Amino acid sequence: MSDLSHYTVNFGPQHPSAHGVLRLILELKGEVITDVDTHIGLLHRATEKLAESKPFNHSIGYMDRLDYVSMMCNEHAYVMAIEQLLGVNPPKRAQYIRVMFDEITRILNHLMWLGAHAMDLGAVSVFLYCFQAREDLMDCYEAVSGARMHATYYRPGGVYRDLPNSMPNYEPNRWRTEKEIEILNENRQGSLLDFVENFIKAFPGKIDEYENLLTDNRIWKQRTVDIGIVSPSLARKLGFSGPMLRGSGINWDLRKDQPYAVYNELDFDVPLGSKGDCYDRYLIRIEEMRQSTRIIEQCIAWLRANPGPVMTNNKKVAPPKRIKMKDDMEALIHHFKLFTEGYIIPPGETYAAVEHPKGEFGIYLVSDGSNKPYRLKIRPAGFTHLQALGELSKGLMIADLVTILSSIDVVFGDIDR
Amino acid sequence: MKHLLQTLKANLPKECQFYTEHNQITVLAPSQSIVECCKTLKKHAELKFDILIDLCGIDYLSYGVGEWDTVSTTATGYSRATNNKPDESKWPLPRLAVVYHLLSTHLNHRVRLKAFIKSDPPEIESICSVYKHANWYEREAYDLFGIIFNNHPDLRRILTDYGFKGFPFRKDFPISGHVEVRYDEAEKRCIYEPTSIDPRVTVPKVVRDDSRYLKGK
Repeated sequence: MSDLSHYTVNFGPQHPSAHGVLRLILELKGEVITDVDTHIGLLHRATEKLAESKPFNHSIGYMDRLDYVSMMCNEHAYVMAIEQLLGVNPPKRAQYIRVMFDEITRILNHLMWLGAHAMDLGAVSVFLYCFQAREDLMDCYEAVSGARMHATYYRPGGVYRDLPNSMPNYEPNRWRTEKEIEILNENRQGSLLDFVENFIKAFPGKIDEYENLLTDNRIWKQRTVDIGIVSPSLARKLGFSGPMLRGSGINWDLRKDQPYAVYNELDFDVPLGSKGDCYDRYLIRIEEMRQSTRIIEQCIAWLRANPGPVMTNNKKVAPPKRIKMKDDMEALIHHFKLFTEGYIIPPGETYAAVEHPKGEFGIYLVSDGSNKPYRLKIRPAGFTHLQALGELSKGLMIADLVTILSSIDVVFGDIDR
Repeated sequence: MKHLLQTLKANLPKECQFYTEHNQITVLAPSQSIVECCKTLKKHAELKFDILIDLCGIDYLSYGVGEWDTVSTTATGYSRATNNKPDESKWPLPRLAVVYHLLSTHLNHRVRLKAFIKSDPPEIESICSVYKHANWYEREAYDLFGIIFNNHPDLRRILTDYGFKGFPFRKDFPISGHVEVRYDEAEKRCIYEPTSIDPRVTVPKVVRDDSRYLKGK
């Protein structure tokens, strides 16, 4: 047999483990990677340019479509940037609702990641378990905003509306018996908070199930332990953030270190890795889901005890109540101005960042005193991480590349924007 | 915050200007000393900015120029917003700038660096030698704004299509672009054609100068 020599292999853009539309040009020597050329931009939609041509509020929906598995966290950074420039403070209840949904989103994101990561490494059943749990959380999204994914729920000055007192139920249909429908509707009899509480109680048990399948699984460990090791100094050099940084043992979490919304009032721990390999990053994300349930629990307790407004009463930013518009001229004018021209933001610039499930997600917003953003720069979490792919996978086998790629947690909605 | 501002003032080159806005420090740095500034910011014991969070270009061509004149209102119709021609720019400084956001995970603080580029074509030194992960960010700024980063290890387009022409995020680039792509049945391949739609303004950009909106300044 002749000696194996150099290959150039095109990986993606249509490849199941390319997580959407990633194109890699791999230089291989046998099965060992010698060079990686990453081509991104296949999902580039010029979100930033589009946002510059629309009033501020019109672009909240674009934020959902950036990282389309952690929708509300993206919205959070955007509305925070607008609020900073306007000098508007959302009511506390709105902030608690935001934190609760940020954490629901974190669980949504990590479940999607876990399912996809496991499937990339050949464990298909985890994917099914994860998607089952995601379904309930999507229902929470739907109950507050009407949309399962692209919620547009956070608004500058608060959230679109208060938490609903009832959950939508499954309706009778000819594919299911009455009894089946009854079982499905069992946990949907109370309010949204009851539904979330119900979920949170059961969820740690479900995480245990996922861990049963993976954590001590010999194949899983062989595929992830000691693969893609990132030392703390390397993590800094590569500009990591979020779980990628914490996986290498650097204690950095914006929720703790630069708290926004009401994170400083909540009690939770930040898990840290010791080695910085793919297995550590897996363990961290599992633990983050557990910590998220703790945060949600505290939010539920607070929200139960403290009813109140969820939108600022600054009528230049928040639309008036429908009923008020019937006999109040001011309200009608405000409504008309808001939905035609929008609001004006005084000239200035700001950078607002949140601890997104994937890392630091930031919005750099420049206003020139008009009703549209002058420049909107989205700082995606995955962009810097994906950049390091070449550095992390050089000298490893082609199968390890897939492990590293999915342990980075890439979603092209926000990398390509 | 105050301490950080003082440390920055003491250690960065004299030509730098500093201002604080929304509790964030911005440093206006001269474009020729950007690498020197970054080195100081990274190495100095009281600054220690270890991570470049973001790097982006910004085009000030139509800064403060509205599409809808609000002084004489009713004389003209809705069309006054749709024939969108940028007026003479009111921006006094150079048109293009690069904005750097730095973060220190050691000391938990942030700073924004801004460098205006006077030269044409716009050129600035790459900071890849200081922050290695600036690589893709600089490629992006080059791709979208046409800013050339000197001594960059691999300055190629990154987000736009293969063979793309122009710099799409500049303000004089139309939002609908110049070409559209479709599959041609006869030629059995994708072909590029000039765009068939005209850019249309649905909500005009309005700049209001009255005192209500100037409070935040």
